[in-house]
Amino acid sequence: MSQTLKQKPTTHGFAKAAIKELGWWRAHKFLFLRRLCQVCVFALFAISPFIATWAGVWLLKGNLSASELFGVVPLSDPLASLQVLMTGHLPELSLLLGAVIIALLYAVLGGRVFCSWVCPVNMVTDLASWLRRKMNLPRTTEMPRNLRYYLLALVLILPVLTGLTVWEWVNPVPVLYRAALFGAGSGLWILAAIFLLDMFISERAWCGHLCPTGALFGLIGKVSPVKVSAVNAKDCDNCMDCFVICPERQVLKPALKGKQPMITDSDCTQCGRCIDVCAQRVFQFQNRKNQNRIALKAENNQ
Amino acid sequence: MSTVNQSKFAAKGVNRRQFLATSAKATCAMGLLGMGLTAVAKQSSQLDPLAIRPPGALSEDDFLSACVRCGLCVEACPYDTLKLARWFEGAPTGTPYFTARNTPCEMCEDIPCVKACPSGSLNHELTDIDDSKMGIAVLTDEKNCLNFKGLRCDVCYRVCPLIDDAITLEMQHNARSGHHAMFLPKVNSDSCTGCGKCEHVCVLEEPAIKVLPTHIALGKTASHDTYINTEETTLEMLNKGLEL
Repeated sequence: MSQTLKQKPTTHGFAKAAIKELGWWRAHKFLFLRRLCQVCVFALFAISPFIATWAGVWLLKGNLSASELFGVVPLSDPLASLQVLMTGHLPELSLLLGAVIIALLYAVLGGRVFCSWVCPVNMVTDLASWLRRKMNLPRTTEMPRNLRYYLLALVLILPVLTGLTVWEWVNPVPVLYRAALFGAGSGLWILAAIFLLDMFISERAWCGHLCPTGALFGLIGKVSPVKVSAVNAKDCDNCMDCFVICPERQVLKPALKGKQPMITDSDCTQCGRCIDVCAQRVFQFQNRKNQNRIALKAENNQ
Repeated sequence: MSTVNQSKFAAKGVNRRQFLATSAKATCAMGLLGMGLTAVAKQSSQLDPLAIRPPGALSEDDFLSACVRCGLCVEACPYDTLKLARWFEGAPTGTPYFTARNTPCEMCEDIPCVKACPSGSLNHELTDIDDSKMGIAVLTDEKNCLNFKGLRCDVCYRVCPLIDDAITLEMQHNARSGHHAMFLPKVNSDSCTGCGKCEHVCVLEEPAIKVLPTHIALGKTASHDTYINTEETTLEMLNKGLEL
């Protein structure tokens, strides 16, 4: 893998084959849908107060830390809720129920779907990564990917030691939402720091190596039936476009070259960019049931 | 499970020495990071004395354990009183507060902010807004208070939702003129809810009455002190004295 990765990807030719073969739209479909989803989730929070004054119904109230859907269904960030529990404070039932609902939702949809389809920080880190590609910035030494699990452990231990939900001071996800929804722009320095880190210090440093929220959602998503699968791995012509674009490129090789085509690694954010950029249409969203069927079919054909 | 791990280690060629070195490194890194984060959190937890928590807020330490900074209380407040703290402001980032001088608490009877709080950092046991203790109003400056100059300003007294209970006017002889009375506003800290209306309306450029967080405004008797409740203690002592 390292041999092939060392070839510097030429940005001018990036995903050209896919655009030519499939057309611009199909080569950007999931990117577009993903941005739409991220913006829509945010917009729901942002326009809800206006809808509430006009129609009297709150669609989404609060922010990503905790919110209310239609003024009834509680939703809350499992990590924030866990931190509160770790301080020794027993919150109201609605917070815990909200955390369970969100955890179940992502256990079904795929844990890190949150990262690529909802989390606003993803847009910042994707921008850094895009600029990196455009400017042909050199590859830098990678941080160990399991750092995020150490950080997750730290985030959950600190409340026990200090009695404070320490992570919530700097957690960039709610910081961005609060900045946009409640006008708390002075916290954006954290986002700037993440952007600079991703851009100039270490590639995909935040989302791919550090973020404890992503780590927790990754763990939650281990049971998810929805996966990306390299269903046409035999068509792969090693153009490496998927490796260039993938935010967690270590998950691709086992699917492309391994025994079974499904990306089972919980690091996969299911952003679908590998599906977009592949002219050969190697990848597809699948659920585990289908996967078994394909495997069976393959066995029968042999 | 363990066999899987072993095979993983074997595949990567990780031996015990490397494992220990990596663990030590990771522990040190996380330790340093943890200390840094804690320092940041503690440092910026110094609540500005003029930033008042919403009704029903737990004591500041417990509040900071519980609050998830979701802003539901802010959105529930019909008067836009509550704000979420920004970075580099006088409250831990993202936590709700209000500044009485700008917008006081309007003392809604149904207390929507408390109802909206999912974490219980605003205590749901608070059902009567008159029982809330957001802070205590303190007449901080007798020198510039107009009533202390013998005038009848009285604005803080008249605007108080618990008039004649939380703020009273104490009549006193005006020694300066010799034949007038002074009406001195006095806060009863048992009744004051800390809504901040008095501070809000004070006619001075800088208010002479301010709502302060309870732990700043109130003194505290030492736990070993027997004079915690003077009335009872005295009676008890008298009775005991009689018994002896």
